[in-house]
Amino acid sequence: MRVTDFALRLIAAVTLWSGAGHAFEVEDRQVYSAMAETSVLRVISTADKAVFEPIITAFQKANPGISIDYTITGTTDLMQAIYEEGAVFDLAISSAMDLQTKLANDGFAQSYLPTNAASLPDWAIWRDQLFAFTQEPAVMVVSNTFFKQGEAPQTRDALIALLRENPDRFRGRIGTYDVRRSGFGYLMATQDSRTSETFWRLMEVMGRLDAQLYCCSGDMIADVASGKLALAYNVLGSYAASEQAKTEGFHIVELTDFVNVMLRTVLIPANAENVKDARVMVDFLTGLRARPDLADKTGLPPVDAGALQNNPALRPIRFGPGLLVFLDQLKESKFLRSWENSILQETP
Amino acid sequence: MKQPTSIRKRLFYQLAAVAAVLSLAFVLVVRGVASQAAEGTQDDILAASATAIADSLTSEDGEVTLELPYSALSMLGTINEDRVFYRVMVQGETLTGYTDLPVTRSPRRLDTPTFSTEMYRGDEVRVASVLRRVANTATGSEVVVSVAQTRSGLAAISRSITITATGVGLLFFLLATTLSLLAANSALRPLRRMTGAVTRRGPSDLRPVTAEAPKELVPLVDALNSFMGRLRASLSRTEDLISEAAHRVRTPLATVRTQAEVTHRKLNKPEHKKAIRDMIRAIDESSRSAGQILDHAMVTFRADSLALDPLDLIALINETCDRLAPTADLKDIALLRELPDSSVPFNGDGIMLQAALHNILDNAIKYSPEDSDIAVRIASGAELRVSIADQGRGFGGMDLKDLTTRYSRGTNVGDVVGSGLGLTIADEVARAHGGRLELSQSKEGQGACVSLILPYV
Repeated sequence: MRVTDFALRLIAAVTLWSGAGHAFEVEDRQVYSAMAETSVLRVISTADKAVFEPIITAFQKANPGISIDYTITGTTDLMQAIYEEGAVFDLAISSAMDLQTKLANDGFAQSYLPTNAASLPDWAIWRDQLFAFTQEPAVMVVSNTFFKQGEAPQTRDALIALLRENPDRFRGRIGTYDVRRSGFGYLMATQDSRTSETFWRLMEVMGRLDAQLYCCSGDMIADVASGKLALAYNVLGSYAASEQAKTEGFHIVELTDFVNVMLRTVLIPANAENVKDARVMVDFLTGLRARPDLADKTGLPPVDAGALQNNPALRPIRFGPGLLVFLDQLKESKFLRSWENSILQETP
Repeated sequence: MKQPTSIRKRLFYQLAAVAAVLSLAFVLVVRGVASQAAEGTQDDILAASATAIADSLTSEDGEVTLELPYSALSMLGTINEDRVFYRVMVQGETLTGYTDLPVTRSPRRLDTPTFSTEMYRGDEVRVASVLRRVANTATGSEVVVSVAQTRSGLAAISRSITITATGVGLLFFLLATTLSLLAANSALRPLRRMTGAVTRRGPSDLRPVTAEAPKELVPLVDALNSFMGRLRASLSRTEDLISEAAHRVRTPLATVRTQAEVTHRKLNKPEHKKAIRDMIRAIDESSRSAGQILDHAMVTFRADSLALDPLDLIALINETCDRLAPTADLKDIALLRELPDSSVPFNGDGIMLQAALHNILDNAIKYSPEDSDIAVRIASGAELRVSIADQGRGFGGMDLKDLTTRYSRGTNVGDVVGSGLGLTIADEVARAHGGRLELSQSKEGQGACVSLILPYV
């Protein structure tokens, strides 16, 4: 395995250079011990504990000997941990498709063909290294105090028009991701910009209305639910759906012009130590469609080609080298500069 | 012993070898052309990608800058899932991309992409580079855009082409081999046909081969026919010689016999008379042998072109009996003709049949004791059976088959002079008519019974 050798050497070099210890930021870490532990699976993930716990429980029920060491971090930190710091994990789960693609493209993932590969759509697996197991739309979340059910704008153009006509009503009451801090936000923003020119007009309008910037979907949903925000744009649909079951005060709008669908992916890092169990977990995750109970508990919609066909507005983001484009240093800095110019305007 | 070489096998192996060579050539050519085409396609896409990136180079405040187009990299992911790397260098300094991507063949001319194959991050990659000049300063900067892609998709295509081509090649080979087997068989069919035609012939059939022969076999057939012609001529010369010799012997013998008889009458002394009698008997035997040799030559000759004339067997038998009655009378032998009144029609060669009957009857008379009977019978059923039974010494348990061989004689006849040709002649006549000669002990329990069995034609 030349790829592995190379990656290991690179990782060794990087580790020496960066010194011992982790520089990436760990948000949380939880060890789910097996009752009769035979092995430990170390997972680095961007999914919140609350979201992912039902999956771990179900997995351990099916595989009682495997303990799971679950580390939660942000998408950028996950990338940094594996790409630059050579941290050893057996699985990497992330909602940032572009960063996961870069990991696979640059040789930090190892190949495996899931046992249920035949039942998965072609676009759910890339290079036999990157496996999509959920499809999560980016949605708009609106406050019940601002919009009655069905009154919220259904397209970006309608949203822009509404904001332009009522600047005083929405000033300071619009939220979106700070794409500089959130990998998911950056991915959604760049995909929006690829798809339609309305994105820049929308950013322009939102900037003029003093848009509030957030790191995470959870905070945005909370502020919309409390009525602090009228609406939040580009919120992770799965989080919104699972929050809606618990929280009153907001509803979810899937825009009808287009909805970017992000695929949550899992990969086995090239330097994984417990490859055997990692593969078992990959099989478990890619087979999530057969477990509707877990989809209900986690709010994570499993990969389902049929659902995408039923709603033509859903645009799943495709794997491929195109995702590397917005990770280009020049491209990224230019995009962020344009984004900052649009959204960070002095309030008149 | 060395196996004789087979034309069919040689033809088959040579055709199969040709098919194998052609199949192999097909596989290699298809694989070569196809992988070249696949490589060309990858090169084209890489060059298009590098050109698209080069097209979006701009200058900003005297610096070269780049707005990497999404399609430039995404187009590389449309046909396969290979890893993609890129590097943009301004005057040798990396502007963006993978700083360690090796670019060994830098393009010298604008808008002419160069290609090279490198090792990068543990994989073989194909690198396409284009050169652009960006007017960011008074002199402008030279920018090299390189796009690289791993080749596992190419390897997969090449593998599948190889498998397909090998399958087709193998199929072609099998088909060609089967066809060459058929071709070898069909090419040799005339040869087999001719072999059959020659094999089916009777032992004395020396007519020229008239079966239709392919051009290549005509010289062989001609040679064979000419050989058979010579053989026939030689045989007939031999027969002529024999009959001529027999004639020449018989005539003087008759003269000598007459002289001897005259002398015998004149002599008085018993010892002299006996000497002359012995002489006369010897002369008789010689003359008889000469007659048989003549008969044999005649039978052999006539058997080649058998005449099938309608004739009456009864008449034939009667005639033969009449002719031999005086000889039988000398030994007081009675010829009992146990024949039906009506005629027995038969199609055959009368002269040959008479010769056969004559020899059988003559033999019977010769080996019969004095004052005995010889019965001549005819029976008709599915085939005709003419039997001549005597009361002589029989065949002495000798193998009956040997007796019909030319010049062979029974083991119990040393005291009787004979040529050994009598039964041979009868046997050949029976065979010429599609029948056979049957030798057995006669019904009376003593003596021999010779049956000429003739099928109705």
